[in-house]
Formats: sequence, structure tokens, C-alpha cells
Amino acid sequence: MATATATASHSPSIITRLRRVGLPRLLVHLSVLAIVILWLIPTLGILVTSVRDKEQITASGWWTAFSGSTQMEAVRLADPATQKEEGGRFVISGSIFEGAATGTVSAFGVRVQDPSAFEVGAPADIGDGETLQINQDGSYVYSKGAAFDDKRPKRVYVSLATAPEFTTQNYRDVLTSAGIGQAFVNSLTVAVPATIIPILIAAFAAYALSWMHFPGRTLLIAVVVGLIVVPLQMALIPLLTLYNDIGSFFGIPSRSYAGVWLAHSAFGMPLAIYLLRNYIAGLPKEIIESARVDGASDFEIFVKIVLPLSFPALASFSIFQFLWTWNDLLVAMVFLGTGKDQLVLTGALNALLGSMGGKWEILTASAFITIIVPILVFFALQRYLVRGLLAGSVKGG
Amino acid sequence: MVSQIVSAIGIMVAGVFACALYYWLSDKLLSLALPVPEGNVRKASINLNRRATIRPWLFLGPALILIAVYLVYPVIATFILSFYDRSGDYYVGLANYRWAFFDQQFRQSIFNNILWLAVVPAACTFFGLVIAVLTDRIWWGNIAKSIIFMPMAISFVGASVIWKFIYEFRGGNEAQIGLLNAIVKAIGGDPQIWISLPFWNNFFLMLILIWIQTGFAMVILSAALRGIPEETIEAAVIDGANGWQIFWKIMVPQIWGTIAVVWTTITILVLKVFDIVLTMTNGQWNTMVLANLMFDWMFRGGGDSGRSAVIALVIMLAVTPIMIWNIRQAHRDAEGH
Repeated sequence: MATATATASHSPSIITRLRRVGLPRLLVHLSVLAIVILWLIPTLGILVTSVRDKEQITASGWWTAFSGSTQMEAVRLADPATQKEEGGRFVISGSIFEGAATGTVSAFGVRVQDPSAFEVGAPADIGDGETLQINQDGSYVYSKGAAFDDKRPKRVYVSLATAPEFTTQNYRDVLTSAGIGQAFVNSLTVAVPATIIPILIAAFAAYALSWMHFPGRTLLIAVVVGLIVVPLQMALIPLLTLYNDIGSFFGIPSRSYAGVWLAHSAFGMPLAIYLLRNYIAGLPKEIIESARVDGASDFEIFVKIVLPLSFPALASFSIFQFLWTWNDLLVAMVFLGTGKDQLVLTGALNALLGSMGGKWEILTASAFITIIVPILVFFALQRYLVRGLLAGSVKGG
Repeated sequence: MVSQIVSAIGIMVAGVFACALYYWLSDKLLSLALPVPEGNVRKASINLNRRATIRPWLFLGPALILIAVYLVYPVIATFILSFYDRSGDYYVGLANYRWAFFDQQFRQSIFNNILWLAVVPAACTFFGLVIAVLTDRIWWGNIAKSIIFMPMAISFVGASVIWKFIYEFRGGNEAQIGLLNAIVKAIGGDPQIWISLPFWNNFFLMLILIWIQTGFAMVILSAALRGIPEETIEAAVIDGANGWQIFWKIMVPQIWGTIAVVWTTITILVLKVFDIVLTMTNGQWNTMVLANLMFDWMFRGGGDSGRSAVIALVIMLAVTPIMIWNIRQAHRDAEGH
């Protein structure tokens, strides 16, 4: 911990030092670029997929989204009854786009095993003395030396290229029907108070542990540091029992927002106290001493001097806590429940994975709504996040 | 929904206000209960002393109560519950521990957890270090760092969806829309159902956590690298060391402390890994880990608090060495001040 904090100072950067050593710089640029792309691709995949048409999502990979998609389709030519005799050959002609489908034909075939055996735009010999020509625009000429005696229309397979199609329909769907809109509000209801309440409580405790003298202070600090790493799993069973007992004793539902707020506040408390104490204990002694001499009470010193000065530390912790509560699944599942109205975004997404597995238009749009808020918070307040990490990298996530 | 937003805001404001009111009011009450009279110096000094004794506990009160109820009490209660039966009513001695020792799924979970512990912290630290060194040498390094750091903001569930899409498998002649299978197919391999592939599926789940946590390792190690004294590297350059030697023999030894912090932090996270396994496989295909097994037993067949308490204790036991190390470290830092 000490190492990390001390190292945040501004000594000359490594750039200047290693340049003298002289590794090929281009190689460095290229490898970083490769790593960045590798890291970005997974997220990019769901972002692109979430705005694609749902037919196209299943037809082709998202990386082809901008070039349109090619899909294999089975179509039937016109009924043999429509055949005409032209110059000694019997001909069936028309367009394969009689139905609604449109697009460009890139290849065709007559057997499912080999659906793109022939090129478009030229007559192909498909056996039995039959020739078939399919053009890009879907028009075809199907001819034979003798009369067609099949009863059913001929089946052919075509590779259809469709233009890229982007839509916001998936988002509209998940926000209204998949319950993601409700879950979004639930997530906010959980995360915001669960971020604000512990900060206030932890800040007072951190002040007491830094600037007030009382027996057992060192022991308390050690306990707080120790509790930072206590696994959540230890707390689940006794607390669930406790919540149920309290609920049935007072005749109130055992699972409530208040219960989740308190749980999140308590689970974040050791790290909050630790981070804030590190910062508050480092404030200049003279300021606090002189305020004391002027007759300010501890309460006044805390509210008027310590709290404003600690803003960076408060910001760091609140980002941690917000990300942690917004992204949490376990605490919300256990203490808020898994009913449709109680699900937070992570829970709703998990439920969708079970019920909508394979419906990627729903899953990707829901996932994107789930991750967009923390990502915005991350990019807007990254500075504070990094500072907080460097100050107390003990819990991590 | 609108009413929920309004009530949420209302409760939020009320909660914060109540918190602030507690601290303000308790401070005022203390002053009223222990007045400092002008004339009576003896009484004044006694009361001032009493105030100084009580006040810290007023400030600490809410925090201590929360910690006691939500962390200390449960640790003790879980320990006790591990000796009781499924409902927590009858003492069964070591029966739950014996069950765990012989249970196939429990052993599988231990094995998988060890696998995670062996791979994820090492991979994150290694990649983090490499990326930190590389990005520190280019002008757009901060942008690159931002992007690699970003997955840290994404929930484990969100990340699982993102990666499940990459691992997506489709049978028959259908186009592979999962990136991994598309690549495998493009280079002539056979598409696989990655997340049910015995043994190796664990690694596909680990990849998700590595993707999330490498940025964390990178940020901290990068700061540590910047703190290395200039002279040590200059001396090495003068002695004719090459870049590789400077990295391994000069830079890495000087940041061992930070590497240890990163390693242990990710280790703790790995021990608690739950969301990824739940959303990707729910422990199927031999991917069960302790946290998920514990959750499973909390609710399986109406719940078995004894067995899940034993599993929770095993996780607790695994973090204990790190806990002790942290306390010592914090103690040393406090003395250093």
C-alpha cells in the first residue's frame, strides 16, 4: 500500500528513460494498438449487435454488419405449369423475389449441400439437360430441351446479400417489454442511497479514528483493515435469517430497499473508513489544532474543515461504492429478491440469459443498458477512481 | 415507475438528512447533558473530560453498529451454524465438515478455485505489468490505458453476456456468429461449444475476469514504475545493461511490494468469484466454484445452512493469511507516519 501511494509522485517518465535504451518504437506502438483492439472488441461486439436488425444478427457475425450480410435461402421457382416453349426449348422465367424478400443474389445452387455452386449472371448446366441462369437482381431463366414434367416447382438455393440495416427497435423492446426499464429504476434506487449513506457514516468514523484520542483506537483500526477482505459469503446466511426474523416479528416484508441499502453500506464500510482515514489523517495538523484553539468543537471542525478538504477522497470512495452497488448481483439477489419487480439490472440480465438465451438482440441491448451508466461514470471520473485505487488497493472491486 | 422514482428520491433525502441529524443532534445533546459552567472550574473540567471520552463513540457509533451487525456477528454466527444441521436447530458436530471432505462437488469446487487462483492473479499481474511498461513509452499511452482499464467499470454479469456472445456456438450449417468460433472456422478448425468443453471451459470463464482485472493491475503497477528512482536505471544503462535486463533485474525487484499488493487483491477477488460462474454455466460442466456452491446450498432443497456455512468458512480461511498480512502492513504504515 505504501509503495503504491509513494509512487504517484511526478518523477521523470519512463518514456525518457527507456528511449535511451532504444527498443524499436514502432513495435511498441503496434503491440499496444493490438492489445487495445483486443480489449475493445468484446464490448464493441455487443454494441454493434444491439443496433442490428434481429434477422441479420442470426444470419451473420456482427463484424460483417457494415458490409451487409449474406444468407442462404431456399426459394422455389415458378410452377411448371407456367412453362413456355421458345425456339425448341421449354422455359420457365420470373424473379425469385416474388415474395417480400429483397437483396442481391451472389451465388446459387440446386443442392443443399452445395448452395453456392454456380455463379450468377451466366447460364449454368444443372444436369438432366436443364440450364438455369439467375441474375443479380433475382430474375431467372430456367430451360430444358423437353417439357418440364415435374409436379412441384423447382427448389433452388440462393446466397442473398442484404444491405446493412441498423435499428433502435431492440432498445425499445427491452426497455418496455423485457423489464429492463423497471430494472434500471430499481438499480438507481439501490445504488444512489447505498452510495451516499455509507460516505457520511464512514467520514465521521474516519475522523474519530484520525483526530480523536480514545482507548482502543489502534485495535479498532486493525479490525477495520481486517474486515475489508471478509468474504460476503460469510454474511449471507446469518443475515438472511436475521432479516426474516425481523420481517416476521414486525409483520413487514423481509426484503426491502432499506435492507439492501444497509447491507451495501455495511459491506462497503471497512474500505470506506480505511480509505477516508488514510486521507483525513494526512491533513495538516496545524489547521485542526488551530481550529481547536479557537474553540471549535469536533463537530464543527469536521463539518467546516475536514469534510471540504477531504473532497478527493470522498469522490474516490463514492465512485467505488457506486460501481460496486450498481454492478452487484449477489447482495441484491439475496436481500431484495428475484421477483420481477425487485430485480436490479444485473439480476434482470441474468434472468434474461436464462429465459432468452440465444435471442441476442434482447441480450445485447439489455447488456448495453446495464453497462452504460458505470462506463459513463468511469470515463467522467476516472481521475478520482485511479487516485482511490492507489490509496487503498486492498479490496479491489 | 414514476412514483418509485419520486419515493426513492424522497427516501434518499430523508435517509441522508436523518444521518446528518443524528450526528448534529447527538453532539448538541452531549453538550447539554454535560454543561460547562462559567464559575465552577472543577465541574467544567470534569465535564469537558467526559465529553472528550464520549464524543468519539458518538462519531463512531453508526459505523460500529453496521460493522458489528453485518460483518462481525455473521462471521461468528456462520462459524456456529457450521456445526448445526440444515435448519440450524440441531447440533451435529463435525458432520458438515465430514460431508464436505467426501463430497465430489465440493472437491471439484476446491480444485476449480485453485485453478482460478493459479491462473487469474498471475495473468492479470503479468499482462498488467507488460501493458504498463508499453503504454508508458508512447504518447497516446493514457488513451490506451483508459480503454484497457474500462472493463473494470463493467459488471461481471454484463461482462459475462459480452463474452458469452464471443463463445456463442451454432450447430449445423448455420453461420457462426460468435467471434471465437468464426475465427476457428476461418482457420479451418471445428467450431466448439466452449463453455461445456471439459476442463478447458474453466479457462474460458477465467478469461472474463482477466479481461476485467488487467486494467486494475496495469494502473497500480504503472504508478509504481513511475516511482522508480531515476539513478538506478541510469546506473544500469552505464553498466551496459539492455532493456530486458533493466526490466527484470532493476525495475521489477523495486516494485515487488506493489506486485504483491496487486496479486493479493486479485486473489481475494478470485476467491469470491460468483457472478461469472452463475451467469455463464451456473456451475454446470464441472465449472463449480466455492462461492457458487455455497449459494447453491443456501437455497437447494429449501436450503442447508450447515453445509453452506462450512463452504463459506473455507473461503474465509483462504483469505485469512491475506487479512493478517494486510493488518501487519497497515500497522507498519501507521508507525511510519
